[in-house]
This record gives sequence, structure tokens and C-alpha cells, in this order.
Amino acid sequence: MDSDQGETAGRVHDGGHRSVPADPHPDDADFIEAVLRHAPADSAVRQSGTRIDRTDGTDHADRTDDDVDDVDPDEGADRPAAELTGATVSYLPVATRGNDPGSGTVDDPRRSDVDEWGRSEHMRSITRKLYDPMYRHWFRVEWDGLEKIPTTGGALLIANHAGAIPADAPAIMHGIETELERPVYGLADYFFRTLPVVGTLWSRNGGVPAHPDNAYRILHDQQQLALVFPEGTKATSKTYSDRYRLRRFGRGGFVEIAMRAGVPIIPIAVVGAEESMPILFRIPSVAKALKLPYFPVTANSLLLGPLGYVTYFPSKFKLRVLDPITFDVEPGSDRYSRSRVMDEAERIRAIMQDALHDMLRERRSIWFG
Amino acid sequence: MGHRVLITGLDTFWGGRMAQALEAKPDVEMILGLGTKEPKVPLERTEFVRSDQKYSILNRIVRATQVDTIVHTFLETNSSAVPSRVLHEINVIGTLNLLAAAGASGASVRKVIVKSSTHVYGAAEQDPAWFREEDTRTGPVRTRLERSLLEVESLVRDFTEDNPHLDVTVLRFANVLGTDIITPISYNLRKRVLPCVAGFDPLVQFVEEDDVVRALEFVTANRVPGVYNVAGDGKLPWSEVAAFGGAHLLPLPPVRPRTFAAPFERLGAIRFPPEMEGLARYGRGVDTSRLRRAGFAYRYTSAGAVLSYARANNLRRATGTSAPEYRYEQDVEQFFRHSPAVVRGVDT
Repeated sequence: MDSDQGETAGRVHDGGHRSVPADPHPDDADFIEAVLRHAPADSAVRQSGTRIDRTDGTDHADRTDDDVDDVDPDEGADRPAAELTGATVSYLPVATRGNDPGSGTVDDPRRSDVDEWGRSEHMRSITRKLYDPMYRHWFRVEWDGLEKIPTTGGALLIANHAGAIPADAPAIMHGIETELERPVYGLADYFFRTLPVVGTLWSRNGGVPAHPDNAYRILHDQQQLALVFPEGTKATSKTYSDRYRLRRFGRGGFVEIAMRAGVPIIPIAVVGAEESMPILFRIPSVAKALKLPYFPVTANSLLLGPLGYVTYFPSKFKLRVLDPITFDVEPGSDRYSRSRVMDEAERIRAIMQDALHDMLRERRSIWFG
Repeated sequence: MGHRVLITGLDTFWGGRMAQALEAKPDVEMILGLGTKEPKVPLERTEFVRSDQKYSILNRIVRATQVDTIVHTFLETNSSAVPSRVLHEINVIGTLNLLAAAGASGASVRKVIVKSSTHVYGAAEQDPAWFREEDTRTGPVRTRLERSLLEVESLVRDFTEDNPHLDVTVLRFANVLGTDIITPISYNLRKRVLPCVAGFDPLVQFVEEDDVVRALEFVTANRVPGVYNVAGDGKLPWSEVAAFGGAHLLPLPPVRPRTFAAPFERLGAIRFPPEMEGLARYGRGVDTSRLRRAGFAYRYTSAGAVLSYARANNLRRATGTSAPEYRYEQDVEQFFRHSPAVVRGVDT
């Protein structure tokens, strides 16, 4: 017996309820319930479907008995097969919604708000609070055409990527989440997942390994916003001399995903990230030894030493949202014409490159925009 | 004519639970259970046959009893429970003999159900968030358990191809938690220490033990050949599992965590089998829509399964004991089942 009875009594009302601040033993309430009932453990558990909101202790016994009766007929080994197959109809919508936590009729008790992708709104709000001064006063992020990003429905956001440790992803995610108040999932290389602490923080802040299935679920099944950088690490590893020259857009996978999910692609051109942490040269042997995708020597690190890998130059960030691109193809297909996909990818790359040149033409200063 | 069902692993958790469930079904005429040890649960009418782990007598049994359905639950999915050689004998050789018996010419078998595990997908950084049945694993096969399960599944695949007239169903169960079953994770939670890999907090999925039995029943009662994932809805972080179970996290270093876990394991403080390392790093999720489309409805979500376990554990902690131990007495069981003195069909 390690539960403190006196303490438990005060907590009874919270038993089983979803609450973000972690209570070390809120289940004591459930345990008390089970003991009071003198019921075998498993029948107590089966009632997890019926949430008992007790206001006082007196009517407790009656109500639990009723609950047991409610649950019993539904339960059991001998549920006829016909009834089970009959359930097909009512559960079909659930099937299409996939594994949404809390979908269907089953109770889903949770203690944290970490969703199925690992994103936690609680964690995001802390990050937003910490990052906001950086966003507002350091990079002084300025958006153009934010209204082109839909407030509902799925859309695939793509952007150019730059800086040894890119500052563009957090800026875009922060901007959209604060302005439009909807979450953004950042699809990135699964390499992040292999890093202790960093990988977990990345995941809690909305990072998702870039897998076509993951993207499809986010965009199509859940109609959320996903952000990808089609250039991948080719862009972030490029040296300063190659700044604002878009790399190859992968194998056009992002186009195929948008086609399959039936969502628009919304390109975002970012100016400023290149100068926030410019790479002077790379040391492949160190990268190999540390098992990193690349090891950059940045201007920041020359000036500030190791601190330079966590300190950005205060370049002015300008983000321009370009017109959404839709495709007149049937969504949901497994494969799309390779040539069509590659052509579209190249076309989008050209649009973004033009936009970048346009923005750079208008820019008078790296630091003041 | 009613179904005649053969259950392997009657002495294991799943075999026992499955037999109990089938006993309640009037359309199941005969239930025969194979086990290496005596059954641990009280059974009404299930016949028990003791056999070795390899099921070498299976061929004779199938012919003699004319069973039409085989439920193969005797697959070990916990490598810390048995030595690796035994694991291979049970999983691979046992399945081999079982399929040989089921596919023998003139055999009466119409349906074979195999209980597999989502361990076949492994756990690696390149994994999708949700594995579908047709997806293959992305990481290399690192543990004996995964290797043996993959071998079992490939045997079953070949068997399905060679015997198109049979309905072969493979159920891949996610990690199970519930009121009674002891798995490496529930063992840890019971000890109030859940090992984790420091810096990682992966999302994991669970299935409640009642849903496992219900899924096995569902595929026994319905014609649903193929491979199906069975897991509760949603995923939850490893740390939340510990919080539900009232356990502390024991962080193991990200480099060679198993080496550091070994002394604790030796002391019996934790269980950290090889297949848990990948899970504690990258987690795993499986898409369950195929079984839903077939008509199965879950009772528990992943978090619900963990809560179900936690509640049972709270009760155990409070009362000190679990359910009274059942002991199988051969003579008594024989008497009740076969003696002319017993009036059958009457509620006793």
C-alpha cells in the first residue's frame, strides 16, 4: 500500500480525466472505485467507457451498479458474428479516418496532449513563447501574402531552405501558427529522429519524418498543413557562394503527394535565412566521423566559436507566399505520370526561383531588408 | 455440424483465454487444446492434450479429431521468456509441423489462424508513422525474435499459396497490455521502473487483452483470410505509459543501452529484451483500418489499454494477491468430461 488515502480522497474528482499537468497518481481514484465495488479488476476496467462524474459519495454505489448493467450485455465472448459484421456499416467512417486518437465510440483516456505525430500543443506554446522575441526582434519576420494560406483544409507548404542549421523552418511554423492559429507539421529528414533529446524536442514541436504515408495522412486524412523543403539537405549544406540558387527539388515526391492527397501546393519564398548562418566550407571527414549529413564551418562559428552554432546573424527575414498551385489530376491514385510530376516540380522550382530573384532585387540591405 | 477447433498453446495466456471464449459459443462443437503444460485457466469442455513444443504428434491429432479450424496461438513473442533455441523450436519448428499437419492430403482443416506480432515490422528511424499490412520493414532484422517471427510468416505465406482452398488469417498484434497478461512492459510497470533510452520518448501503440481475444474470436467466426494488424487506436509517448502505470523512467544511455540494462535485468528489476530497444527509441504504429473494414470494432484505444492495465495493477497493489490460482487436475477434469455419472447439459 503506497497510496495515501487522505490525499486520494481529495483527488477523486479528477480520476481518469484528461489533464495536462501530470498528476503523479490520479489513478488512485480509479483504484478506490474498483475496491469499493468489490468487483474483479477486469470488469472495473471495462467501464472505462463510462465516465463517472461523481458529485458526492452517496449515490456512488447505485450509479456504478447501473453502469455495470449497462456494460454487461454489450460485453462478452458470445457476441454473435452477425452482430459483429453488422458493425461494418457504423464503423466505416472510422476506418477512413484512420487512427485518429479518440475517433469512434471508444473512450481514449490520455494524460498528455501529444498527438499521434508526437506534436504537443502544450510544448508548442512554450516554444512559441520562447521563440517569439527571436521572431519579432531578431529576424523581424515580415510576411507577404499570408492570406493565401487557407485557414481550413489541407495544403502542402513548400519553401526554400538555407543556413547551416536552418532558421526558416521555425520561422514559417511560428508565423503560421500565431497568425492563422492552426498547426503546421514540419516534414523533415528522419535523421532528426536518431538524435537523442533533439529528436524528441523536434517531434514534440511538430516535426514529422518525411515519409510519403505520413504526408498523405496529414494532408488528406487530417486536412492539416504540412511544410516541406523539397531541396532537402542539399540546400542547407550549400556554401554561401551558392546562396539563393535553388537546388534540385528531390525526385518530385512532394508533387506526387499533393496530387495523391488532392491538396494545393503553396510555395513560400524566404529571403534572409541564407545570411543568418552562412556556410563558408564543409569538412566531410568530420561529418563522417560524427555521422552527420554534413559538417559546416559557418561565419558564425568563426566569429563566436562553438557558440556560433547556436547564434544566428540578425538578418531581416522576408517571406512571400506565392499563389497556390493545384493539379487537375484524380486524387488517390498510387502512381502519377513520372514526366508530369517532374515537369510540375521543375515548374514550381522556376516560380520560386523567380520570386526569390524578384525579392532580392527589391532588397536594399541584408540586415534591414 | 458445428465447428471443431484445435487451439495450440492451451497452457499459454492466449490459448487459455481463447478456449474459454470458444466454450461459450454453441456453434463450436468441439475444442481441443494442445499444450506443453497443464492449462492455467478453468475450462468446461475443452479437451487437453499434452504435447512437446514442436508439435510432432499434431499430424495424428488432426487426422483423428477431424478439426476444421486451427487457432495457432502458441507463438512466443517475448524473447526474455525463453532461451533463443527454445524460441526457434516453438515458433518456427512448431509452426512448420502445424502447417504440415493442416495441409496434409485429406486433412479436414478449412481454416488456419496464426497469431503473429507487429514485431515483424521492427522499429527504425525510417519507419512510417503507421505501418500497413503490405508494408515491409525499413530496418535490418536485428533480433532473434523478429527473425523467428518473420520466418513463421514466410512459412505461412508459402502455405497460403500452396493451399488456396484454405482460409489462412494472420493477426499481427501490437504490444499487449491488460488486466492479466505479463509482458516485458507490464513486468516493468509492475516493478514501477520503465527503462527508456535517454533522450528518446517514442510513440507506442497497445492493444488490450480483451480486444486480442475478441479479434481471435472474430476471425474464427468470420471468413477473413489475409494479414491483419490488431492494435488500439492512437499512440502515446513512452513517458505517458510510465505515468499511467505509476512507474519511474530508468534512462539508459543511447549508446549500447542493453549493456547497461543487463545488470538490472540480472537482478530482476527490469525486463529489456532486444526487441524493446528499437521500440524504446523509435516506437511503432500500425494501421488498423483493414480489420475495421472487415467489421471488427475495438473496445479500447492504446491509452485505454494502458489504463486498463494500470487499474488492474492498482488493485493488485492494494489487495496483494491476484485472482486465485487455478490448478488443473487431470482426473477431475476427465471425470467431468467423460464419466457417464455426470449428467451433461445441465447447469451445475
